[in-house]
Amino acid sequence: MTSGERGRLGDRLLHAYTWLVIVWLSAPIAVMILFGFNDKQSKSNTSWQGFTLRWYAELFEISDLTVALRNSLVIALVSTVITVVLGTMLGLSLGRHRFRGKGVTNFLVFAAISTPELVMGASLLSLFVSGNVPRDANTIIVSHVLFSLSFVVVTVRARIVTLDPSLEEAARDLGATAWGTFRQVTLPSIMPAVMAGAMLSFALSIDDYVVTSFVNGSTVTFPLWIVGAVKTGIPPQVNVMGTLIFCVGVLIAVANAVVARRRA
Amino acid sequence: MRRLTPYLLALPSWMWLAIFLVVPMVAMASVSLQTGNAYDGYAMTFSFSNYGEALGRYSTQLLRSLLYGGLATVAMLLIGYPVAYWIAFRGGDRKSMYLFLLLLPFFVSFVLRTISWNFLLADNGILFGTLKGWGLLPESFHVLATTLAVVGGLTYNFLPFMILPVYVALERVDPRVVEAAQDLYATRAGAFRRVVLPLSLPGVFAGVLMTFVPATADPINAQILGGTGNTMIGNNIQTEYLVNLNYPTASALSFTLMAVLLVGIFAYARALGTENVLEAAAR
Amino acid sequence: MNPPLRGPLTGRTRRDVFRLAGYSAAGLALAACGVQGQKVAPPKADAVQDFWAKQTKNGKVVFANWPEYMPEDKGPLERFKKDTGIAYEYKEVIQENADFFGKADPVLRAGQSLGYDIVVMTNGVQLQHMLQLGYAVPLDHTRLPNFQANAGQKFKERSYDPGNKYTIPYASGVTGIAYNTDHVEEEITSIEALFDPRYKGRVGMMNDAQEIGNFGMFAVGVDPETSTEADWKKAGEKLKAQRDAGLVRKYYDQGYIDAVAKGDVWVTMAWSGDVFQRQLAGEPVAFVVPEEGGTIWTDNMLIPKGAANPLDALMLMDYLYQPAVAAELDEFIQFVTPVPAVQDLFRERAKTAGDKDKKALNDMIDSPLMFPSEADYAKLRTYTTLTTQQEQVFNPIFQSITQA
Repeated sequence: MTSGERGRLGDRLLHAYTWLVIVWLSAPIAVMILFGFNDKQSKSNTSWQGFTLRWYAELFEISDLTVALRNSLVIALVSTVITVVLGTMLGLSLGRHRFRGKGVTNFLVFAAISTPELVMGASLLSLFVSGNVPRDANTIIVSHVLFSLSFVVVTVRARIVTLDPSLEEAARDLGATAWGTFRQVTLPSIMPAVMAGAMLSFALSIDDYVVTSFVNGSTVTFPLWIVGAVKTGIPPQVNVMGTLIFCVGVLIAVANAVVARRRA
Repeated sequence: MRRLTPYLLALPSWMWLAIFLVVPMVAMASVSLQTGNAYDGYAMTFSFSNYGEALGRYSTQLLRSLLYGGLATVAMLLIGYPVAYWIAFRGGDRKSMYLFLLLLPFFVSFVLRTISWNFLLADNGILFGTLKGWGLLPESFHVLATTLAVVGGLTYNFLPFMILPVYVALERVDPRVVEAAQDLYATRAGAFRRVVLPLSLPGVFAGVLMTFVPATADPINAQILGGTGNTMIGNNIQTEYLVNLNYPTASALSFTLMAVLLVGIFAYARALGTENVLEAAAR
Repeated sequence: MNPPLRGPLTGRTRRDVFRLAGYSAAGLALAACGVQGQKVAPPKADAVQDFWAKQTKNGKVVFANWPEYMPEDKGPLERFKKDTGIAYEYKEVIQENADFFGKADPVLRAGQSLGYDIVVMTNGVQLQHMLQLGYAVPLDHTRLPNFQANAGQKFKERSYDPGNKYTIPYASGVTGIAYNTDHVEEEITSIEALFDPRYKGRVGMMNDAQEIGNFGMFAVGVDPETSTEADWKKAGEKLKAQRDAGLVRKYYDQGYIDAVAKGDVWVTMAWSGDVFQRQLAGEPVAFVVPEEGGTIWTDNMLIPKGAANPLDALMLMDYLYQPAVAAELDEFIQFVTPVPAVQDLFRERAKTAGDKDKKALNDMIDSPLMFPSEADYAKLRTYTTLTTQQEQVFNPIFQSITQA
């Protein structure tokens, strides 16, 4: 076998392996989807009792759950946008420049990741209470930005340190403005990191329980409602909503691939 | 203007971190040195012995957490690196699709994922029940409520946080460079070790930082998947804080944990020779 | 600013020190107001009278409860609104007692209002903290006629809140033993089943110090309501031996019910409400209150300090004790109701109901998990009521077993 053939075989194996990992990560989602069709006879939705589409028809019957889902989506979107903007800026600063206070900044970025969630939530709450800040969706967003920020910074920085700064210098030498250089040269080359950071922040935000449970006031999010419902039994509408989130996500992913192919 | 750029870029995040992280952390530092109880109030007594006591009581759980976090991180690196590698070099115009698919399961609540895993991994569930039925596993075999389940749960839940940064670093590597290196070093392994791996190290470092640290502090996996004797430090902090209202011990434990993680991460940065990534911070 | 805090910073530039010093001062101020003492003397009787005499009906009430703890059409609240003209806001904001208390404590400590007029909390260490810290408004029993008339005797004698001074029950349940009938052939009646070597590695115990503590005490023949420090230690030793012998698979939160229904554990401490739902779903689980004793737990309504509409809140709390309203609630919640007359109302309805409803009603009427028998009630105890000092002894004894 030549090295080229071996390479192709290796690629095929890796391709299969990648799908295997995707299937592994998605395995519990399959169960979740299945139980969204369960014709359950009591409050507990845990053993299979027949097929029904009832929960899809009654998807929005539980008004508090619907509101919780909407809250979660809005909060995740807003906090992701803020986090990505702030995180990309700081990532650029740390990855590209030397400046006083860089050590402290690195330390803070690290500290934000390593603070146990409970401690972060509790201390944010006492900050808000002592500042007499009412707890609502805004305080949730502020907190989500705080714990997602470092993940974006670290991801963006990992990209920037691998980039060759001479490209940007060349652009500037050719007379591009700082903003023009950023938009035309820097941003496209860090885009994968920005997108990755955005996905991570979205996932962190929409799935957060601990920090949110401290700073939410009386705003309820999807994970909060579900944790509360565990006591009496999670209604199948929760599974259906999870299913829809997942399906919309798959559609976006596929559409993305199609668009990318057209463009190519 | 050029001189100010880094400061301007960092300013919004600084303000965010200063107000919402530094102020509460200083408050927490102060609480960790107080004594008293929730009813009579806590008073500042600079009792550094809080740290000694907390450590004395929970050193087992702390070491266990570092071990589990470390094992999970190694597992994530081994599982995740090839995935990131393949997507970065062979993903073509489907790169984003693959990444998105990897992350999608984490958009639905951890409660649902956990319930599903409990369903799939039950002692006599569809997986192990079937294997036991075929006589491939002993009747007493189980995964839930074991160390394996906790480490596996951590690996599962943080895997995307390893894959994405490694991908981000690898995606930057020009495939032609790899080809040239293959010609130069004659083997793919050689080219990988001498060219690809070093270029991906910043991503690996970021991935380890983003997985090892939160995995070590995580209370949820041990709580849901562990058995007796799998308690992690995150669970102890939770109990001290929420059940015992022992705010000083909880704070002291958290700081100890953070300090240990900090030392661990910098030692690791040194060993990996990636000081340049964290240059100033290591000073 | 305390000098020792500045100590480690001496190597830094002056600007850094100033910056950090500023933060530290802010932080200390914060910390100080975060942990003030809150010990309160019990309210004087006439102070309570005075407080309630001053209250007027405001025409609205904010009710904070757990998800799935009120029918989706909010029937009981709608009727309340129609009968009294009081508008309601119903919020499903409570997920966990510990988390809820963790969130409420700093707010109430700072003298601010939670924004709720009624909250529902399980009796246990967090409710105890609420009461001891003076976070609950003492109730005016002259305004609780339905409660006086309709609440079962067991729900008026609760060791954690004698005389229902601060709380009245919302719904209850029993902690007993559940076992998987596919794996356990005998009929379990004794708590000794949890300590039986035949079930090695197949026993589930609860993680909560009070719950597991109670069962340890039942196992050594002690009544938890009158227990002493020596009893706790004895119970702790029994539970430690159980653990060291490898009998226990896991110290569970809510997850025990999946485990026992699927046969991961065979015998486990369990809550009646969970088991009832699994039985309705046809899963192989049986429930028993062991002859040595079981625990009755209760979710309680209370009015948090600083509530804006205490009188309206009190009216709603009492309203829920009308048997017809209690029946509507219990039919949805399917836990133990504090109003025993509900069982008779269900019987009445079953006579005229259609086939499907009739079966559902009969399932409930006949279940000792929703309507415990007199004999069961006689075996039930509440948790040990602890002072601050006692808590510092009690918790470590049991936490060192469940959280090792």
